[in-house]
Amino acid sequence: MPQLSMRDAINQALHQEMERDPRVIVLGEDVSGGAGGTSGQREASGGIFGVTKGLLPRFGAGRVIDTPISESAIVGAAAGAALAGLRPVAELMFADFVGVCMDQIYNQVAKFRYMFGGKSACPVVIRMAMGAGMNMGAQHSQAIYGLLTAIPGLKVVVPSNARDAKGLLIEAIRDDDPVVFFEHKALYPRKCEVPEEPFRVRFGEASLLREGADATVVAIGRMVVFAEKALDALAKEGVSCDLIDPRTTSPLDEETILESLENTGRLVVVDESPPRCSVAADIAALAAGRGFGSLKAPVVQVTAPHTPVPFSPALERAYVPGPQRIEAAIRQVLGRNR
Amino acid sequence: MELDRTKLLDAYRRMKTIREFEERLHVEIATGEIPGFTHLYAGQEAVAVGVCAELTDEDYIVSTHRGHGHCIAKGCDVTGMMKEIYGRRDGLCKGKGGSMHIADFDKGMLGANAIVGGGPPLAVGAAIACQLRRPASGEGRVSVAFGGDGSCNQGTVFEAMNLAVVLGVPTIFVFENNGYSEHTGADYAVGSKDITARSAAFGMPAERVDGSDFFAVHAAMQRAVARARSGAGPSTIEATTTRFYGHFEGDPQNYRAKGEIERQRATMDCLARFRATVAADGSIAAAELDAIDRAVLLEIDAAVSAARAAPMPSESELTTDVYISY
Ligand SMILES: Cc1ncc(C[n+]2csc(CCOP(=O)(O)OP(=O)(O)O)c2C)c(N)n1
Ligand SMILES: [Mg+2]
Repeated sequence: MPQLSMRDAINQALHQEMERDPRVIVLGEDVSGGAGGTSGQREASGGIFGVTKGLLPRFGAGRVIDTPISESAIVGAAAGAALAGLRPVAELMFADFVGVCMDQIYNQVAKFRYMFGGKSACPVVIRMAMGAGMNMGAQHSQAIYGLLTAIPGLKVVVPSNARDAKGLLIEAIRDDDPVVFFEHKALYPRKCEVPEEPFRVRFGEASLLREGADATVVAIGRMVVFAEKALDALAKEGVSCDLIDPRTTSPLDEETILESLENTGRLVVVDESPPRCSVAADIAALAAGRGFGSLKAPVVQVTAPHTPVPFSPALERAYVPGPQRIEAAIRQVLGRNR
Repeated sequence: MELDRTKLLDAYRRMKTIREFEERLHVEIATGEIPGFTHLYAGQEAVAVGVCAELTDEDYIVSTHRGHGHCIAKGCDVTGMMKEIYGRRDGLCKGKGGSMHIADFDKGMLGANAIVGGGPPLAVGAAIACQLRRPASGEGRVSVAFGGDGSCNQGTVFEAMNLAVVLGVPTIFVFENNGYSEHTGADYAVGSKDITARSAAFGMPAERVDGSDFFAVHAAMQRAVARARSGAGPSTIEATTTRFYGHFEGDPQNYRAKGEIERQRATMDCLARFRATVAADGSIAAAELDAIDRAVLLEIDAAVSAARAAPMPSESELTTDVYISY
């Protein structure tokens, strides 16, 4: 099976879906680039992270639309096109820009199907790059999937690897509900085996990445990579854990988490967002409710602090929950604090 | 009001400081020592300096992701800026902000902004404060909203311009039209291709100036600031200009024609044009400007050395400057 980076896997999913379904369009800032430039070269960028490369030459400017810097209009136009029968994939260059177009996401897109009595589908996908770790500062680094997970009507996807990203994006495009799709910038270059042919990863189906007896570790997005590192380190001490990647935070696969918790009795949740009203808190509440009977120890949440993302590498390193903090949290839940 | 010699020399020094600051950053970024991504202002110096030459520390500006020039023109400390860009503890924002978030409230610099279109509403708010505090007789304070050609397509900017007109507050919208928003040409993204006309349609005086001519920018700013200080409301200045580097450092710039930057460096260099103007009217000798050039080089050199030697913030700083830490 070919090795693909997450960037290329998403790119491949977009190509395949646009090929399959003429209703799929892509729109956003510099998704191609070069419009109105002096070199005459279109596709001057293919997205600032290169994720939408090759789409314009293949599918043309009618379906691959470079927009002005107007996030409200990008999301709103995507939603309107969806209401009129297209299947748009809108791109926000950085997830932080959700702030600019929140009304279109929160009051428009998310509510149509329910508010119009089930008459409308709004099959729009809103892709966005997220996450800290690249010293991009407070307004280009946030992991805000929790904020959108709280909104009824939206489905929220946070892939941790290239294979899942491809299958989840294909599913997102085919889904009749609006889907917000978070791509961690630090994961773009990471490679794994990705099937060439189109395939779907169902929403609300977590993946059990490792099996173990001592604790359940639930990690989201890039945190999965760090949790694996922590578990590698602990394996040397004979500690083994279930590692669960929910893949979609809405819908959330509660059953897989609860089943694992039944076996282990101990839960660590790892989330790159600040702690309040977060996905971590949500999963901890699940354990405290339906999972209460399984719990042998207090749930431990590993999150960013309740602060904006700092710029300086010295501070950002401490901001992002890393392998060492996850390792410490697992020790804590096992009662093995030194 | 004509600028006297002192002010002219100061304007040249500031433009040169910006240029040298950015040219040096271009070199230092290539070493990999500077974190994050950085948008250089080189090429646009006459806009920031022509505008800020009419402002005092009591006037406000809001800036953009391409903000180093605005900071220097408004009087921010160059070493403090450099330390901030290097992510150091005693940077202007303690290393928490970085290149895109430099602020200095003592200088009326309300912050660079990494959200395109984030700044102009803030400038209108600052102008409301200026208007409330306007002395019964005499001149009031003003605010300036810097933005690019790309920013003028953002809804927040439309809202800010309309609100400023509705309230008649002293905001000057300065659009630096460098021809591009990231990798997209302004002629594509600005539908009418005319930012000045669009601004005028909001109901305020708007004029387009040659942004590589310090004297033209300054003259337009004098007209706008006179209106604002006297209570006659907002204005727009569109300054056509160019950036000598990519959108951010590392941008391959495939969207620009071959030779474009070289051509623009030859014909649109605001420093060369300033020198030519003062040489033609004999107001300042070249030797005086050469001396400034040498002094600025040393100053930037010292700023880089200081930044590189400065300590990083300590981890405990992570949870300060926020009301509570969980
Ligand atoms: C709300 C928002 N959308 C998009 C971006 C990404 N972005 C940063 S700068 C930029 C282009 C800005 O162009 P312009 O206003 O002309 O300023 P210039 O870069 O030319 O100085 C874009 C799209 C952003 N930072 N914020
Ligand atoms: Mg521009």
